[in-house]
Amino acid sequence: METPVRCAPPAPKTAAQLLSDRATDTVGAADSPTLTEIFAENASDGGPLGFLLAQIDPACGPVLWISDRLSRQESGRLCIAGLPRPLEVIAVDVNRPLDVLWAMEQGLGCGVLGAVVGEIWGDPPQLDFTATKRLALRAEAHGVAAWLIRRAAHPNLSAARKRWRVASLAALPDPDDSRAPGAPLWQATLFRSRWGAPGDWVARPTAQGGLHLDHRVEADAALPRAAEH
Amino acid sequence: MRHEDKLPVLLQTALSDPRQTGAQPVAPAWRAGTDMDRARQQGRGRAGVAAGAVALPTDGLPRDPLARRITALHFPTLAMDRYLRHRDRMGNPVPDDLPLALAVDGPHGPILHATNRAARLAGMRLGERVVDMRALCPDLQVEFADIAGDRAMLARLMLWCRRWCPWTALDGETGLVMDSTGSDHLWGGEAAMLRDIEEKFALMGLSCDPAIAPTHGAAWALSRHGGLRETCHGPELAQRMAPLPVAALRLAPDTVLLLQRLGLKTVGDLAAVPRRALARRFARAPLGQNPLMRLDQMMGRLAEPVQSPDDPPRFAVQSRLPEPVIDPDPHLPALAQDLCAGLAAEGMGARRVTLTLYRTDGEVAALSVATARASRDAAHLLRLFEGRLERLDPGFGFDLITLEASVVEALDMVQTRIDGHVDGETELARLIDRLSARFGADRITRPAPKDSHIPERRERWQSAMVPAAGALAPPRRPRPLRLLDPPEEIRVLYAVPEGPPVQFTWRRLAHKVTRFAGPERIAPEWWADRPSARLRDYYRIETQHGRRYWLYREGLAGDGRGGPPRWFLHGVFA
Repeated sequence: METPVRCAPPAPKTAAQLLSDRATDTVGAADSPTLTEIFAENASDGGPLGFLLAQIDPACGPVLWISDRLSRQESGRLCIAGLPRPLEVIAVDVNRPLDVLWAMEQGLGCGVLGAVVGEIWGDPPQLDFTATKRLALRAEAHGVAAWLIRRAAHPNLSAARKRWRVASLAALPDPDDSRAPGAPLWQATLFRSRWGAPGDWVARPTAQGGLHLDHRVEADAALPRAAEH
Repeated sequence: MRHEDKLPVLLQTALSDPRQTGAQPVAPAWRAGTDMDRARQQGRGRAGVAAGAVALPTDGLPRDPLARRITALHFPTLAMDRYLRHRDRMGNPVPDDLPLALAVDGPHGPILHATNRAARLAGMRLGERVVDMRALCPDLQVEFADIAGDRAMLARLMLWCRRWCPWTALDGETGLVMDSTGSDHLWGGEAAMLRDIEEKFALMGLSCDPAIAPTHGAAWALSRHGGLRETCHGPELAQRMAPLPVAALRLAPDTVLLLQRLGLKTVGDLAAVPRRALARRFARAPLGQNPLMRLDQMMGRLAEPVQSPDDPPRFAVQSRLPEPVIDPDPHLPALAQDLCAGLAAEGMGARRVTLTLYRTDGEVAALSVATARASRDAAHLLRLFEGRLERLDPGFGFDLITLEASVVEALDMVQTRIDGHVDGETELARLIDRLSARFGADRITRPAPKDSHIPERRERWQSAMVPAAGALAPPRRPRPLRLLDPPEEIRVLYAVPEGPPVQFTWRRLAHKVTRFAGPERIAPEWWADRPSARLRDYYRIETQHGRRYWLYREGLAGDGRGGPPRWFLHGVFA
């Protein structure tokens, strides 16, 4: 396998540049990489992870995946064979939530990364408004998307630009096997957003690996339902 | 820009570079051999060279104990030669006819340690008290000897002697020993090599007595008690050793005296004594007082290999502080810059850098960091030490701080981009370095999948410091996003024992299975598993909450490998 050629990252933006970008181009700012939090309704649910992986583009570069000890213990390790798209992952196994934040900041300073994902269990006191603000500003300055997966956590004060709450829904029926679950569906609630209006969607991965959001009513009408048992 | 208190110590100093000292303008030919070149490129030090050069005989024949060629060098007047050289260099040479002696402290006042030729002619004897000798020769000039300086010079000479052969070691206070087996022909034979050795040392103002023999003991004896540049081969070894005095056996003075009182004045006399008698007499004596063991060493009956110490690190800088300090932080940038300048001059990059603090109370505190790619960027190396210096215990302060690149690799110059940015791979490697320096290299991992059917065996992670492994083909059946390690046991209700579960209890919560896919049977790998390992039937299930899990039943009812099958939850699907 030949190694992909990666271009050097652009120079990090200054605070003044960030402010002017935000003031002049609200549409572009909404799409630029920033800090996003995903809350899992249930700690053992795989839905939030699928929701996250559907939004990470492998072409952007390798992903730094940082998890604290409780997350690994309670919800397991990432399984490379199960990834929807082949992704270059560098896993960082740390013990404390504080180390997750430190490693995320280091990773966000490295512009060649495609994304930095941190898994934090519970509500550690170190993960306060200041810490999330630092992550958000660093992510925007270097153009690296930062994701925080929160399990068994409360949506306390945070500077994350988008905050999602994700739970699994009953999957679509498998076209080949009526008794088997097919493609996954997720209930995604955007309860805080800096640029867009909050909302409630039914999310599903597309065939190309991206994410598709449907309104609940549209989804009910458009998607085939599984036969009730 | 190096000031005096900061001395960059490169191994290839002027003294140790054969190209600058010798008369030959080019390096000796054998250094260009492939083994040596590879070892130098890898920076592995002596071990790599030795591993490449010493090949055990593969023909199964017993080794001839007298097949090696050991060269012993004796510097009879090392201390005086060094002192005279020093005076010459200071522009204050000692006149030839002035009796001069170097003294050391003895139990009853200073005693003579070294004398020059005029003093010897005047009857000065080593080991006598200075006051006695002054009585014989009133115009004797006495200076104090620098024992530690002599020893340090001998250690430097030992490394410098590796120009002739790769294995050299210290041999007492005034001697060196080299294992020159197979090296002499590169210098035109043994006689030519000995002449070369003597000539090179004479140019440095040192008198040297070299000798070559099949054993260390015999070479030692010939260099001290033999003729000029003597060589001795295995067959005539016993005959040549016989007339030498027993002092040639490297024995303690009181043992020599004892043997002389016993009437055993030469090695031949001692060899003629029945072995059993000697063994009984000196059964418990240590090596230095045991004539029988020394005789065996000399004749090759007792092995005595040359233990050659490793090369000092090739790239190391140090900073000697005028007074002890507690905080190493302010000294690091200058050290790192010097080290990186040295590395850049040689076209090398560091893979491992060690910081050592020499404390005033005699302790040494060391800290080392590793890099995923060879680097000679001072700022990057400094960042790796960030936050770790607190763990170094400086005690009551340290007065010497060294920074050495203990593992180096060749690192070519690369063209940076016009806007000054480094390329992505380097950036990523530096991130891995920083994370590894803080959390440990085993915590930063990359997937290195192994070709196996067992899911947890397929998922293997290895340190990100080593290059990435190739990816495997994706499995044909769906696999979960997360794997629990280890799988967690669940309690299950099922309709039929071989069928899917209807309901299961995991982490004290009941889950009802609404849909399932499977079973997918994964048999144990008989080449890797214990015979009692059971097969697994995997089910991909969905619960009434819409969550999707991966369950398996371990074994079948009545498969004769334990009790009723157990159920486990192994993974979580998106």
